[in-house]
Amino acid sequence: MASLTTLSIAGARDGLRAREFSALELTQAHLAAMAGARRLNAYITETPEHAISQAAESDARLARGEARPLEGIPLGIKDLFCTKGVLTTAGSHILDGFHPPYESTVTANLWRDGAVMLGKTNMDEFAMGSSNITSYYGPALSPWRRPGSAADLVPGGSSGGSAAAVAAGLCLGATGTDTGGSIRQPASFCGIVGLKPTYGRCSRLGIVAFASSLDQAGPLARNVRDCAILLRSMAGHDPLDSTSVDRPVPDYEAMMGRGAKGLRIGVPKQYRVDGMPSEIETLWRQGIDWLKAAGATVRDIDLPHTKYALPTYYIVAPAEASSNLARYDGVRYGLRVPGASIDEMYELTRAAGFGAEVKRRVMIGTYVLSAGYYDAYYLKAQQVRSLIARDFATAFESVDLVLAPTAPSAAFAIGEKMDDPIAMYLNDVFTVPANLAGLPAISVPAGLSADGLPLGLQLIGRAFEEDMVLAAAKTIEDAAGFSHGPGGAR
Amino acid sequence: MAALLIEGSNGPWEIVIGLEVHAQVISRAKLFSGAATAFGADPNTQVSFVDAAMPGMLPVINRICVEQAVKTGVALDARINLTSVFDRKNYFYPDLPAGYQISQYQQPIVGRGTVTIDLKDGSSRTIGITRLHLEQDAGKSLHDIAPHASHVDLNRAGVALMEIVSEPDLRSPEEAGAYLKKVRSILRYIGTCDGNMEEGSLRCDANVSVRRPGDPLGTRCEIKNVNSIRFVQKAIEYEANRQVDILEGGGAIAQETRLFDSAKGETRTMRSKEEAHDYRYFPDPDLLPLVLDPAWVDQVRGSLPELPDPKKARFIADYGLSPYDAGVLVAEQASADYFEAVAKGRDAKAASNWITVELFGALNRLGLDIDRSPVSAAALGGLLDLMTDGTISGRLAKDVFAAMVESGKDAMTVVEEKGLRQVTDASAIETAVETIMAAEAAKVAEYRSGKDKLFGYFVGQVMRAMGGKANPQALNELLKRKLAG
Amino acid sequence: MFLDKTTVAKIARLARVRIPEADRDRIAGELSNILAFVEQLKEVDTKGVAPMTSVVAVSLKQRDDTVTVIGDRDGILANAPQMEHGFFVVPKVIE
Ligand SMILES: [Mg+2]
Ligand SMILES: [Zn+2]
Repeated sequence: MASLTTLSIAGARDGLRAREFSALELTQAHLAAMAGARRLNAYITETPEHAISQAAESDARLARGEARPLEGIPLGIKDLFCTKGVLTTAGSHILDGFHPPYESTVTANLWRDGAVMLGKTNMDEFAMGSSNITSYYGPALSPWRRPGSAADLVPGGSSGGSAAAVAAGLCLGATGTDTGGSIRQPASFCGIVGLKPTYGRCSRLGIVAFASSLDQAGPLARNVRDCAILLRSMAGHDPLDSTSVDRPVPDYEAMMGRGAKGLRIGVPKQYRVDGMPSEIETLWRQGIDWLKAAGATVRDIDLPHTKYALPTYYIVAPAEASSNLARYDGVRYGLRVPGASIDEMYELTRAAGFGAEVKRRVMIGTYVLSAGYYDAYYLKAQQVRSLIARDFATAFESVDLVLAPTAPSAAFAIGEKMDDPIAMYLNDVFTVPANLAGLPAISVPAGLSADGLPLGLQLIGRAFEEDMVLAAAKTIEDAAGFSHGPGGAR
Repeated sequence: MAALLIEGSNGPWEIVIGLEVHAQVISRAKLFSGAATAFGADPNTQVSFVDAAMPGMLPVINRICVEQAVKTGVALDARINLTSVFDRKNYFYPDLPAGYQISQYQQPIVGRGTVTIDLKDGSSRTIGITRLHLEQDAGKSLHDIAPHASHVDLNRAGVALMEIVSEPDLRSPEEAGAYLKKVRSILRYIGTCDGNMEEGSLRCDANVSVRRPGDPLGTRCEIKNVNSIRFVQKAIEYEANRQVDILEGGGAIAQETRLFDSAKGETRTMRSKEEAHDYRYFPDPDLLPLVLDPAWVDQVRGSLPELPDPKKARFIADYGLSPYDAGVLVAEQASADYFEAVAKGRDAKAASNWITVELFGALNRLGLDIDRSPVSAAALGGLLDLMTDGTISGRLAKDVFAAMVESGKDAMTVVEEKGLRQVTDASAIETAVETIMAAEAAKVAEYRSGKDKLFGYFVGQVMRAMGGKANPQALNELLKRKLAG
Repeated sequence: MFLDKTTVAKIARLARVRIPEADRDRIAGELSNILAFVEQLKEVDTKGVAPMTSVVAVSLKQRDDTVTVIGDRDGILANAPQMEHGFFVVPKVIE
């Protein structure tokens, strides 16, 4: 056993049950790793007392032979999930000092199944970003560096702290949320697996809302099996979320082994965007070959409105966000900057509490919903969104899964691409369509870029067919044999 | 003549009014949360995390609120929309925790309907309903607890409201009042709103404009949140006159939102069109479209009680009541039920008179609702029966009724206790008649010489002597015979 | 340029975010670039296309009319920047 912090969740589960180590030892190993890796700024809040008491409870249960599915597994929780009595910031100054008196459904499900909370992970402010540089608490850094370079790289975003923590061995797995790629893109940048489930599969209750019709919680972990294990605990119907779907949660881990034999894989022509680096193109081709070799059939498909996904997203998401973020007004919780009048108090509080990117999106969202512009922007975008969803529905009549790159590039350095919001938005070009259509999608590490950084491949499935997505991802994972870690091979 | 024309310096002006009624839905829990709706609790004690718009909190709709809206739509003879959509109405205000109100904008749950209003002259008019939608109430801001601060109580935040919007069909303050009374009556009949304007469970915004008869609609002003029927009428009257004065002075009406100051009896500017909110409505992504099953809507339709208008028609046809009396009795389900209980097997007109005159008079004096009347329908029926069977006279009945109101006892008990039983025994009456005749020999002579007007005098004298208990018919006959000599 | 600084001021006011005069031109430029980017949607023929109302193909669930929340005033007020006598306190609102 190399180290407790390099175990997979499945491996840790076995080790705990075999009493090779205790939950407390496992947790303490992670707390120590966290203390040694604060440079990465992966956590906004570390919760050692919380972790130790949960681990102690897990050890008691393990001793009684009453282990729950995630008994003693230490996790990082994106700071977008409300955790009862534990500071929850959404990466924003405006939630200064906010201690929710309630627990999100997803995290409650994880604690119900025995998981241990190590802390709250860093993120782009209100999940708006693809680099984690918009966090009020400073950027999280990727544990990866280009070989021979000291430049700090972004972990991707918005679940950048979760991805960095998983990749750096600062937790065994983590929660994320994905509104336009915020689980998959950082997973790709950090060389780990990230799954965005079908919209409605995980409850949104207690997750600070960014764009309600797009937000979906999901797991980040170091392999496909671990994502399957985490998803099973996170998912499930929640009567307190009207958009949560009442369907049984299958045993994803058990179903994952079906392989790719007989699966029909679609390769969307429209994802071959101008200026796509050839290494991405090559990796994509490699993915096709792996799936073919495993018995899948591959064909080209049309997703004709792909080009319009990003512009659609950049209307719908800011519009919803502008409304969702109206509650941060300095009245009931969080930051308040005093003002002589109520409106001055609102304006000063929100000016001081929101960062530049959040303000930008709130402004755009306000504009596209305002009198005289609604039809031209918001209504139009929701119509195009219907067309994008229809494209997928048509494609899924003849294929079972769609294979595409996760992101158009590998991780970039802090400071690169920072001055042009649109250049930053383009990071999401391959991930956004699945959010617009509400479909499950995964990023699985498949290779390294020319400068030695991880690259992910993405699989998109039909609604509620996470099992198939996971099975194909497992096939790619096995074929790729991706064994690189930020500190070399793991 | 229902329409009120304001006489201007060169010709009359017509008032055009449309009303928006906010009716608080009767339900145990709020529209989108499980917090209680009871009125009058300590501040912020009936607030869920959803109502306080805590981060990550989500709305889930209350089925009973949906049912209440559909019931109301059916009672307003309105179209029920099987698919409706909840929208967010965005604006900042400290008692609006989320920064938006969940409401319905383009696709409300209820579409066009009608209400028939009854006017004082006995005529009726049909007023169009534009729509009814479901929405959340806001919390309450108190501005007078401290000099430089406002205090926010979210107990009411999230309580379900039905906003009922009328067409601009009303033409006078009287019509506006009749409309509000009728809507209130219907809501109370079907149990969807208690109609209590003092507690704010029924509130009214009035859109008022004036025009020359036959002209297109003029520019309107909206008067917000008026909390009694009388104030609505006063506010409309003031506002219409204000507009006529401006127009006659050569000015133009500015479209704006105004407040009614009930102390001064005036309306004043709250905000102009330029500073009007831009609500940025869009469908609430936390909620899916509300889809109703037509079979369920039919079931709701079938569950409604008899409504005021058909009941009124039935009272006129079956009981022979005047439209006015029938209208008074059906205004409240409770008084209509009371009437029917009294009228059953009895003289319906007498029952109606006793209820609308004596009973309502007494309840008014005592400030009581008919539900809490000290005289039950059975007791009033008992009183009527005692008159019919001759136990007491109509004259005594009023005294008996007064004692019943006072003591809550039934008619027979009062009669027995006070010894008010009517005397029909001819010999007792005869003795009294003879005594009076002996004492009033001079008047007897006058009578006999042709002054028959004195008959009433003798009746009164004998009655007084007998404590009012003589059977009037028997007394009349006896007296006539005796006086004739 | 889609937006000028006056429009920026108007949107900032609607969104209750104070934007200093000096920043308005820069922000107008940024927002205009984003609007130019999303303008591409104009090319798409959406005649007769229903706007998406929800990505999940289920109808709205309704809950029973039961009071499930015990008033937890302490929890509601615990994070309030200013409170008094059980109320949230804000600068005076003048109507
Ligand atoms: Mg209104
Ligand atoms: Zn309203």
